[in-house]
Amino acid sequence: MEKKSIEDLQKICTQLRRDVLRMVHAVQSGHPGAPLGCAEFFVALYFDQLRHNPDFKMNGKGEDLFFLSNGHLSAGWYSVLARSGYFPVEELKTFRKLNSRLQGHPATHEHLPGIRIASGSLGQGLSVALGAAQTKKLNGDDKLVYILMGDGELQEGQVWEAAMYAAHYGVDNLIATVDYNGQQIDGPTTKIMDLKNLKAKWEAFGWEVIETKNGNDLKSVMEGLEKAKSLTGKGKPIMNLLYTEMGYGVDFMVGTHKWHGSPPNDEQLAKALGQLEETLGDY
Amino acid sequence: MSLDLKFTYTEKKDTRSGFGDGFLEAGRRNPNVVGLCADLIGSLKMGDFQKEFPERFFQTGIAEANMIGLAAGMTIGGKIPFAGTFANFATGRVYDQIRQSVAYSDKNVKICASHAGLTLGEDGATHQILEDLGMMKMLPHMTVINPCDYNQTKAATLAIAEHEGPVYLRFGRPSWPIFTPTDQKFEIGKAWKMIDGKDVTIFATGHLVWEAVVAEAMLRAEGIHAEVINIHTIKPLDEEAILESVAKTGCAVSAEEHQINGGLGDSIAQTLIRHNPAPLEYVGVNDSFGESGTPTQLLEKYGLNAENIVKAAKRALERK
Ligand SMILES: Cc1ncc(C[n+]2csc(CCOP(=O)(O)OP(=O)(O)O)c2C)c(N)n1
Ligand SMILES: [Mg+2]
Repeated sequence: MEKKSIEDLQKICTQLRRDVLRMVHAVQSGHPGAPLGCAEFFVALYFDQLRHNPDFKMNGKGEDLFFLSNGHLSAGWYSVLARSGYFPVEELKTFRKLNSRLQGHPATHEHLPGIRIASGSLGQGLSVALGAAQTKKLNGDDKLVYILMGDGELQEGQVWEAAMYAAHYGVDNLIATVDYNGQQIDGPTTKIMDLKNLKAKWEAFGWEVIETKNGNDLKSVMEGLEKAKSLTGKGKPIMNLLYTEMGYGVDFMVGTHKWHGSPPNDEQLAKALGQLEETLGDY
Repeated sequence: MSLDLKFTYTEKKDTRSGFGDGFLEAGRRNPNVVGLCADLIGSLKMGDFQKEFPERFFQTGIAEANMIGLAAGMTIGGKIPFAGTFANFATGRVYDQIRQSVAYSDKNVKICASHAGLTLGEDGATHQILEDLGMMKMLPHMTVINPCDYNQTKAATLAIAEHEGPVYLRFGRPSWPIFTPTDQKFEIGKAWKMIDGKDVTIFATGHLVWEAVVAEAMLRAEGIHAEVINIHTIKPLDEEAILESVAKTGCAVSAEEHQINGGLGDSIAQTLIRHNPAPLEYVGVNDSFGESGTPTQLLEKYGLNAENIVKAAKRALERK
């Protein structure tokens, strides 16, 4: 794929946000908050970083792989997959409806191109990504494995079992990103279950940690991922702490857990879309 | 077609709200009742209890395994912990923790599981557990309860607070008819014969009790008189009530929002095969995962609504 200008990528971010809002609005269910906050990440990854083939093959040999561990960001992931050619953009309108390939949470069961493992039950993705990364090594495949997790998700013990494993085996072909939005369902993470010093935690587990302080600035996100890539192959797994704002891009949604899993009503949708220009054409 | 229903409703509500309101009431009645939840306080309707008894409520964050262990520990010294999360994360995810620290250790923990079954709807199969009753009923010491509406869930919540021993309480997300009485007494392990009949018995649990009530009226319109029995307690199973009814009707249908494998129907079949091998037809999910959709669409697609209970009843009758 030829590289796009930052202006063009920015337009895709805006369109992704529109897609997410329209998708969750149409079925009055789903999770708008985190995908809005991760638009820059999704776009930087799929349109700039990943060496991937939208002509999808499950085994992903010779390609970079991406796993979404926080499966409730499905609307954002489906949008970026469709917009980068994995399946028709039209299909976004089937999101969460009966007989759709676009399940509420990502699934392989309906064979949606781009998805290699089901997610939704939190805390399982890092283990899977590590397994895939080790298979790449066994196969002599020099491509990378990416994974996105939620910050609240890090409260699951399995994440830390995987963290320990990754460093022990020196899985250095893996780049994990945490959507560090400081929010989860019941409130801010500091109130629900404080993550305290995440950077120190991952470092103590033996990871190479970078911080992307402005996760909603496309250029910073791209630089962060570029830096992460440069750190691979040096014996350590890579952690990219991505500081984002839940609900970014819509003034009344930003920065609160209230939009974690609530769809906008008609009026709210209209207001939100008024703040996001239709750049690539709505589905 | 307007149906002559033996039970009717004026209001719909989610069964999880019945749990939330019962939990608050249980907390008022007994200072030893405490609560735990893994970042789903709003979804489980545990917020009122938390507000009224903040010092007796523990947000664990998204850490279900830890929550089960904490709950088990809290019983040592006399607390009665109600640990709440979605049914999938309350069972499959923490099966060994429940098995060792709760069931085998015979701890007085109440596992409170919301969003069970297909009717959670659009979240899809990752969240739609259809195996939980099976997993939980296999555990020695475990009591397994699946009430049918808001009122029954509230009554069940109060009853389990007074019951000594581990309990799995299953309830759901959708707004559902409230057709059982407000002031009902909930007797754990005692089936409730809701409608008398002579031709076929419908044993139903959870949301499908309402579908069974509708099916009974549909069958009656065709001259078939079904008995409807509400099996809110899957374990211990009221075998006496089951055998007594089937001795009269001669055939039966089981109806549940669960896999056929390992569900209520399985338990009933075990009872019948030992004492009175009468024909039994299953209404349940037939060895498949669910998917996204509205609750009504899913009950239809997976064959769990009143129409399917009617069909199953006719199949059972033919086999008599
Ligand atoms: C094992 C498990 N427990 C609970 C849930 C319910 N749940 C879905 S999203 C969520 C909050 C996740 O927080 P975070 O990872 O920070 O995501 P964000 O709210 O930022 O989108 C919870 C508790 C789940 N999906 N899986
Ligand atoms: Mg978060």
